Amino acid sequence: MMVEVLFVLIVTAMATSLLGVFLVLRGMAMVTDAISHTILLGIVLAFFITNDIRSPWLIIAASLVGVLTVYIIELVSQTRLIRQDAAIGFVFTALFAIAIILVSKYAGDVHLDLDVVLMGEVIFAPFNRIEILGFSIPNALWQLSIILLINIAFVLLFYKELKITSFDPKFAYIAGFSAAFIHYALMTLVSVTAVAAFDAVGSILVINFFVAPALTAYLLVKRMGSMIMLSLFFAVLNSVAGYYTSFYFDLSVAGTTSFIALITFMIVFLFNSNGWVSSRIQKARQKKQFNRAMILMLLNEQSHESLTQEEIMSHFNLTPKQFNRHIDHLLLNEYIEKQNKKYRLTPRGVEFTHYTRIKYELPEMI
Amino acid sequence: MTPLITVKDLNVAYQEKPALWHVNMSIQENSRTAIVGPNGAGKSTLIKSIMKLIRPVSGKIEIEGRDARHALKRVAYVPQKGEVNWDFPATVLDVVLMGRYVHKGWIKRPNRKDESIALSALETMKMEAFKNRQISELSGGQKQRVFIARAIAQDADIYIMDEPLQGIDITTEKLIIGIMKQLQQEGKTFIVVHHHLDTVEEYFDHVVILNKTVIAEGTIGSAWRKENINRAYYEMSGSHD
Repeated sequence: MMVEVLFVLIVTAMATSLLGVFLVLRGMAMVTDAISHTILLGIVLAFFITNDIRSPWLIIAASLVGVLTVYIIELVSQTRLIRQDAAIGFVFTALFAIAIILVSKYAGDVHLDLDVVLMGEVIFAPFNRIEILGFSIPNALWQLSIILLINIAFVLLFYKELKITSFDPKFAYIAGFSAAFIHYALMTLVSVTAVAAFDAVGSILVINFFVAPALTAYLLVKRMGSMIMLSLFFAVLNSVAGYYTSFYFDLSVAGTTSFIALITFMIVFLFNSNGWVSSRIQKARQKKQFNRAMILMLLNEQSHESLTQEEIMSHFNLTPKQFNRHIDHLLLNEYIEKQNKKYRLTPRGVEFTHYTRIKYELPEMI
Repeated sequence: MTPLITVKDLNVAYQEKPALWHVNMSIQENSRTAIVGPNGAGKSTLIKSIMKLIRPVSGKIEIEGRDARHALKRVAYVPQKGEVNWDFPATVLDVVLMGRYVHKGWIKRPNRKDESIALSALETMKMEAFKNRQISELSGGQKQRVFIARAIAQDADIYIMDEPLQGIDITTEKLIIGIMKQLQQEGKTFIVVHHHLDTVEEYFDHVVILNKTVIAEGTIGSAWRKENINRAYYEMSGSHD
């Protein structure tokens, strides 16, 4: 039965990270953070109307407020008076605060909190079950599987529209595609997915699932299609690794899975072929090569055909250690030779300077 | 000859600050029209208004006598390089294929024929060797070529370009001008925001001189005169800022 927890994790991670790709590409990753808080307002308002903490209207109202959140953020940032990131911070705290005030003022005697309506603990998911075609499965698994299918259908159907409105919304408008329709369709799905995922796995993991796999994939790909596939892959990988690690060390599933997502992101960030580590190495190597090329170029100039160690060192401001490292390399590769304490180019060295000039588009020596 | 595009009494303001004032002008069919004017003259605002990307305070834009809204699909827009996110995960071919989306409508995906049209547009811009390159790896000139290849793939008859020669190499500049003249032969119309006054005569046959309002418009021979340029660039500067 515990393996059902893993299934819930995987399906939730896939449903959220699929949409997360587009949030990341549109610079809206923080919107999930906002939505995961403002849905409380929807729950509170629906509770005032229905007076029933178990009513499905609470979930529907939560999703609506999620979309409303996005809409207000748009409105505020479209005034161009404040930037979108500031608009997100302002709108989400404002709506959340309204919910808190309503609860404390009118529902002080009811225990009305997010975790009453939305459970938010994946370990308990198997206890809330539903009967489908004679099979008893966790309710969360059923709900999120349907949402996953809807999200997949949406992305497959509007793949081209999602791509063009994310990349170049003005061109999309002229080409006859309504960026607003795609935007609000996407944000409605994000909102519904966030509410269901919130119920299944809790707020931290929802935000993490929306953002982390897509960001990790973003570092590795050059096409949107591969970003989607890779994002789903990391969603599954993080879930599986998080699940087993949390059980092995007896830790919180949500916390561990979020932490694993950070680790996979950091590994990719540091070690992918364009990553932090390799670009540092590459830069150091380029600098070394450039310095050596410059020594050869100096020796290629007519007035400096042969130079002493002191002359080269003072020209490039080199320490004796740096000088020796460069010169040893150049001697070893027979670019230069040493005669009477002076260094000069070999024919191989002359040839090298010729290609260096072409490479840096410098004029040939006369 | 009836003009292709007519702008009637266009007024555009950004937060109560007029950007375009009583603009009346027309674009002749099959012309290469430059839009020139000093910084802040409203050149980009004018072309964006023509494409209905900006809501004007008042005024009408007509393409062949009908509201421009109905003819937008005939327009290929080449934006300034900085207007899109070049870190977007897409290859050169992906971007050029977007030109074909116009003919697909909603939901339908581009097919093999669209791909071959996109490839031949890349060939025209001498970029076929870069088709699988990620767009973030391109130089400024190459990015501009990709945008123009996308416009060619779109097979529109009106090309609207926002400073396509800004910050590119001379080879690309010559290539773009050559393509422009060649496509003009095929009946296309070009509206180009242009920055270099010294090349206006060489590259274009019509000009609109703009500084908030139209200072002069018409053929190079009739409108591109020293007194008009001086009026737009020197006499008016300072009076609006």
